[in-house]
Amino acid sequence: MTAPEQTETTGHGDISVGVAGSGDSSASATRITPGNALRPEDIALEVRTGLAKPTEDVAEYALRLGDDALILAQRLGHWISRAPELEEDVALGNIALDQLGHARSFLSYAGGAWEKSEDDLAYFRREHEFRSAHLFEQPNGDFAVTIARQFVVSYYQFELYRRLTQSSDATLAAIAAKAVKEVDYHRDHSAQWILRLALGTEESRRRIIHGLRLIWPYVQELFEDDELTHRLAEAGAAVEPSSIKEDFDRLTGEVLAEAGLEVPDVPAAPGGGRRGRHSEHLGYILAEMQVLAREHPGASW
Amino acid sequence: MAAQNLQSVPDALSPEGLKGEQERAAQLEAEGQAYFDRVMSEDSRIEPKDWMPAAYRKTLLRQISQHAHSEIIGMQPEANWISRAPSLKRKAILMAKVQDEAGHGLYLYSAAETLGQSRDKMMDDLIAGKARYSSIFNYPALTWADMGAIGWLVDGAAICNQVPLCRASYGPYGRAMVRICKEESFHQRQGFEILLELSNGTPAQKQMAQDAVNRWYAPALMMFGPPDDDSPNSKQSMAWNIKRFSNDELRSRFVGMMVEQVRVLGLTLPDSEVRFNEETKKWEHGPLDWEEFKEVLAGRGPCNAQRLERRREAHDDGAWVREAAAAYAAKQARKNAQKEFAA
Repeated sequence: MTAPEQTETTGHGDISVGVAGSGDSSASATRITPGNALRPEDIALEVRTGLAKPTEDVAEYALRLGDDALILAQRLGHWISRAPELEEDVALGNIALDQLGHARSFLSYAGGAWEKSEDDLAYFRREHEFRSAHLFEQPNGDFAVTIARQFVVSYYQFELYRRLTQSSDATLAAIAAKAVKEVDYHRDHSAQWILRLALGTEESRRRIIHGLRLIWPYVQELFEDDELTHRLAEAGAAVEPSSIKEDFDRLTGEVLAEAGLEVPDVPAAPGGGRRGRHSEHLGYILAEMQVLAREHPGASW
Repeated sequence: MAAQNLQSVPDALSPEGLKGEQERAAQLEAEGQAYFDRVMSEDSRIEPKDWMPAAYRKTLLRQISQHAHSEIIGMQPEANWISRAPSLKRKAILMAKVQDEAGHGLYLYSAAETLGQSRDKMMDDLIAGKARYSSIFNYPALTWADMGAIGWLVDGAAICNQVPLCRASYGPYGRAMVRICKEESFHQRQGFEILLELSNGTPAQKQMAQDAVNRWYAPALMMFGPPDDDSPNSKQSMAWNIKRFSNDELRSRFVGMMVEQVRVLGLTLPDSEVRFNEETKKWEHGPLDWEEFKEVLAGRGPCNAQRLERRREAHDDGAWVREAAAAYAAKQARKNAQKEFAA
């Protein structure tokens, strides 16, 4: 599977021009895009009626992407009512919602392999059963840390989803096609904040440099291949994570250069999230997220 | 008619000139008042640049900014359950709802700014405890069912209050309310749906729903404000076509709606005195604890300190971010100006 040309969703473009970036800001989970919107409920229905059924490998893979997005949504949701300005309550809320939408789609699809619903997977798995990478569970920190995390996530997800639109698995391709438009906007949001914080005041520059240093150890894990991604890449259903590293480095490098920042020179953490080995943070995230659902097993909401 | 015309500096400061200027100002004021009165009598709209009585401006500014503050503080009790929402669909709906409230705050602050006060000033007043917001948000959201009760009762009461405001005489306010009401009615329906699901769920879920309705019912009724005979500002607001119905009238209408809906929910209202008065053709309810209302209003409610502190914290923690954004924007503007100059 090769990467499609970036015609539909262009790169960040001239990021120095300010607010009018190239992000398709009309694409968002909270806006109604008739005929275009693929809802998690549609996927759940296709799975239930047997119209779509993932292979075991695809399900495992969808679980990884779904968990990434879910844990990030859980983190970002905390900012709603706490952001530095109202516009950011709205923006971070929107991004959280988009991520949650992607998570629901991926998890609904993954669950098709094991007769589980998105909620079974989100609420009734334990820590070691989650497949998210460590980056997504990193604490929000101050706004700069959150932006640093968003910067890495959005450029990574954009490159990944852009390629997955060509997946031989029709459902993965459809989820990615919707998600890539939204993530393009997330990229725009994070890049502009990188510029503002790096070139704003001395304090903001100090903080974003610190934020990037805190986040960068978790970058490497995103681009690690393993047997699953190898098989899926051979089958044309996914790409090897390592194959998108070059584009990620180039595009994030352009933004960092414009911001007068360097790629942080920090040692990489070993990761292990794809195998169920997580940091100390995930346990708390799950404890909070799952508490009510687990108090009432079998209940519907 | 532009308000600034009334404050123009006289050309000549000779006693005669000054006198002439005063007469001219008085004449403009009289013309402005006549225009304003005509707009009121025609039930038409005042726009930001029109002349308006100082008291009208002050009343509106107070009301719209309080309304904006209520949206912003009102995000907190619901944000309290985003991380624990019991299904991913409910989590998505709740996030979208709280985000809508930030959006409502933004429209309303913008509407208030057209009256000549900056959002920064309004925010400062809120944080300093000088400005009010709806007391309802000083009650805690203790269980998931509170997400249902807040949507159904609190947003429901807000809609009863706000639909008539779509016709408020001040244009920017009325227009903001049209959009807000559309979203609020969606919010109310999702609250109703949460309660319906709980009521039809396990016994524990049903009990959770009833408990939430019990706790939010009276505070929601008090959202309409004090009884008519104890509401000193209502009369003037009605004369100015800002307020269209009295507090008690709206409250009675709301009770009538809830009586119908609570049956569908399979729950009960915690008020044995609710009845339809055949003579007055109005719904009546049991006595409300107006002492409690005054206490909460005076800052002695369950969450007053907590809500303000949270807003203050977010504002203070975000100060460096806002400063950075402003500094960056200024640098960009200088850069663009230089580019233009060079070209």
